[in-house]
Amino acid sequence: MSAFSAIGEEREVDRNEYTPEIEPQPTWCPGCGDFGVLKSLKGALPEVGRTPEETLLVTGIGCSGKLNSYLDSYGFHTIHGRSLPVARAAKLANPGVEVVAAGGDGDGYGIGGNHFMHTARENHDMTYIVFNNEIFGLTKGQTSPTSPKGHKSKTQPHGSAKTPIRPLSLSLTSGASFVARTAAVNPNQAQRILKEAMEHDGFAHIDFLTQCPTWNKDAKQYVPYTDINESEDYDFDPTNRAEAQELMRETEDKLYEGEVLTGVYYRDDERPSYQQEKQQIGEMPEEPLAERYFDGDYEWERSYDQFIDKHK
Amino acid sequence: MSADELIWRIAGGSGDGIASTSQNFAKALMRSGLHVFTHRHYPSRIRGGHTYVEVRASADPVKSRGDGYNFLLALGDSFARNPQEGAYYGNEEAKPLAENLDELREGGVIVYDSGLLDPSEVPNFEERVEENNWHVYDIDLRSLARDQGREVMRNTAGVGVTCAITGIPLSAIEELMRDAMPEKILEPNVEIMETAYDLVREEYDVDAPDVSVPSGEHDEEQVLMSGSDAIAYGAIDEGCRFIAGYPMTPWTEVFTIMSQNLPELGGISEQVEDEIAAAALAIGASHMGVKAMSGSSGGGFALMGEPLGLAEMTETPLVLIEAMRAGPSTGMPTKPEQADLEHVLYTSQGDSQRVVLAPGTVAEAYEASRRAFQLAYEYQIPSMLIYDQKLSGELTNVPASHFDREPNADIGFTLTEEELADQPHTNDGKFHRFQHDGENGVSPRSVPGQKGGRFLATGNEHNPAGHIDEDPNNRVAQMNRRQRKLDAIRADLDDDGLLVEHGPEDADYGILTFGSQQGTVEEAVDRLNENGTSVKALTVAELAPYPIDAVRAFLDSVEEALVVEMNASAQFRGLTQKELGTHGEMLSSLLKYNGNPFEPAEIVEGFTTNIVEDGELPGNETKFVPAAGD
Ligand SMILES: Cc1ncc(C[n+]2csc(CCOP(=O)(O)OP(=O)(O)O)c2C)c(N)n1
Ligand code: SF4
Repeated sequence: MSAFSAIGEEREVDRNEYTPEIEPQPTWCPGCGDFGVLKSLKGALPEVGRTPEETLLVTGIGCSGKLNSYLDSYGFHTIHGRSLPVARAAKLANPGVEVVAAGGDGDGYGIGGNHFMHTARENHDMTYIVFNNEIFGLTKGQTSPTSPKGHKSKTQPHGSAKTPIRPLSLSLTSGASFVARTAAVNPNQAQRILKEAMEHDGFAHIDFLTQCPTWNKDAKQYVPYTDINESEDYDFDPTNRAEAQELMRETEDKLYEGEVLTGVYYRDDERPSYQQEKQQIGEMPEEPLAERYFDGDYEWERSYDQFIDKHK
Repeated sequence: MSADELIWRIAGGSGDGIASTSQNFAKALMRSGLHVFTHRHYPSRIRGGHTYVEVRASADPVKSRGDGYNFLLALGDSFARNPQEGAYYGNEEAKPLAENLDELREGGVIVYDSGLLDPSEVPNFEERVEENNWHVYDIDLRSLARDQGREVMRNTAGVGVTCAITGIPLSAIEELMRDAMPEKILEPNVEIMETAYDLVREEYDVDAPDVSVPSGEHDEEQVLMSGSDAIAYGAIDEGCRFIAGYPMTPWTEVFTIMSQNLPELGGISEQVEDEIAAAALAIGASHMGVKAMSGSSGGGFALMGEPLGLAEMTETPLVLIEAMRAGPSTGMPTKPEQADLEHVLYTSQGDSQRVVLAPGTVAEAYEASRRAFQLAYEYQIPSMLIYDQKLSGELTNVPASHFDREPNADIGFTLTEEELADQPHTNDGKFHRFQHDGENGVSPRSVPGQKGGRFLATGNEHNPAGHIDEDPNNRVAQMNRRQRKLDAIRADLDDDGLLVEHGPEDADYGILTFGSQQGTVEEAVDRLNENGTSVKALTVAELAPYPIDAVRAFLDSVEEALVVEMNASAQFRGLTQKELGTHGEMLSSLLKYNGNPFEPAEIVEGFTTNIVEDGELPGNETKFVPAAGD
């Protein structure tokens, strides 16, 4: 019996398996977009064929960070902005585990912005969901990196002088090999995109528009969306980087004007994931590192045998 | 100054090969049967700037750099630029000769490269030579090297001269050069060394100085190691196969050794974007059941405060290294200090649940590194290794057998899938990760990918099932359980003999110290006893949880004690007083924070004037702080 028999187990997975038996009282407000993310994730995981026990959901802090309290898989609720580094190492340590990281726009694009850029650059094989509600939810409504210019809040009483961050463009330029935007009000599309993202070998970033009815009633998260992959008006090829870039620019301007385009903007299925690159240059074992600690027969090398001669 | 020890100082510019030359020299002396100890002094610059390494060699065990030195090889700084009047970095050209004279002992030897150094630029050179009875050899090492090969081989020429004067056989050095150099550069190097040797033997009086190399013999095979080597090997032997880091001196040394070796051992090393990420990666890998470490030096460790708290709250085993250097802020990047003690003990929010170990010697660094992993994984707690720039880079001989140990990859109370299925760790059909607390506070854990073990780890307070929970009773129960680990660890450590006592058991006085000052303090204690003062020393290697009983027993057995540490605010003394809650009136401090570690003579002087004679402060190199009750 392998130490990790949950990994790669072939069986039908029922979405209810992801629902905790004793469901904790959700701390999300009624009408919060976060419910939509939870729902589509519960829908997508069984479609990808992943069981709760081979899934690790790593989250940051914020309303969004509570996601893994309501999804019964392995979970790690980390600290504000740090879900990605924790998730990266988890994947390197045991690549068989499905690693999904999630957090808010403050978490991912603000305090964790540096990690976001580097995780995308390295193209770690994981899915990263950013709940973009254009506001800090849990700390009660401060301006976030995605809040529109001029946005007024208690900490920016004169209206923000900052241009909002452009998450899709940032992700693409940083090196993510899968970039998409979806919305909680569009559960079918969200579920489809989540599934594609998890099946993708490499860093899949999803900017997930979520509404925050409590602090951000004006946000565009409620307007109708156009799916670029399905609309005939956009004869769109997501493997074309230049097209993706162009459309990202457009939608990131328009998000604050009315029309919102969603869908898979970019995917590069050729680019090897970080883990594959690392294996190629001999910096990562073929067998999952974590297995070794459960293998009683594994021969652990000693420093004495390996290095002592250099010091004699 | 006599034949019983050689302290050879090679001085020159950073980047001139001072470090590698001295390392070879030290190894050759070790191989010839001597005990060696090196001390490295260098500026935070890449090329140029005054640097030196001392190699102390004796037939008897040596524990510190010693006091002063008796042989100077001044090479000249090939990267020196003619400075403007009053430029920041001073007169580089003359420094290798000018800067080193104060500590050269009477009767010592000076060899200088007359091709690069001009003694007329050194104030009162002739007078000082005469006064101190120094033996001066002015040799144009630069031309000698240039004529036979390349100018950069001046250091080899210098070694040839050293051998000629001290009687070290050239063959010892040659053998090492053969191991270390490719054929192409080996030949000219050997030639240069021989030419320099012959030149000195033929044209100079080498019998005049009373400086020669003692002879010795080891009763078992020795290896030359630094504290950083020992820490890295300790980690490897404990099964650590994952490291994440970001460079910062002097932590970089451990990070480099691990990164160079882990891939061959089937492990993973990650250089990441910053220290917050580094610590978070180590947590992520450890959460998956892998033995992992990270680390940094002061400023980088400051960034790790938050992930450190996460490891405490989620009870994720984690080893973090803190290699101290002089602060605050970036302070003096290449100079040792022990001023991050409070930083490591108290950083991060909340009540801390952590282990802090401070090895005092290279041999102990290996031990402490292994112990840090054992405690982290047995107790599911972060454990930290704190040491300083001195211990990280100093080379000394240690019996090879010290490192000949079995590996240990045990990850502690982690259940197998069979155990997850059978044992009563489940409730409501779900694995309860933070329940089942034994006496020692440790709960069983599972790792992702295992059947039947799924749970949520969270940095928020949580109930036995792992769910966020702010119920007051749950909070107190969980906090008490986590705190209980510390008592169990303290009891374990008591049996470990991590406290090193040195000197006569019934001594009148005591010296208390920690970390890299151990050897220096012990040497000082020996000298004080030889001079008729009855003193013993205690080096404390476990700082959290603090060994209260053992330290109390030590202090109760003496009249007065001096606390020796390298910082300006007496942090270790403060910790001791806080933990003991008594003895403040009998503890005074001897502090040093000028960027150089203590020399034994400074401790002898400080102890004698301040404790025995109740006298005045010593010089401005060290500072005396009287007991709290005075
Ligand atoms: C280092 C740190 N700084 C600040 C906080 C306080 N904090 C908690 S949640 C949050 C904002 C979360 O906003 P966002 O990431 O957009 O998530 P949301 O709550 O909107 O889902 C902040 C600033 C913290 N927990 N840690
Ligand atoms: S504050 Fe906003 S983001 Fe947070 S739970 Fe309420 S609606 Fe959702």
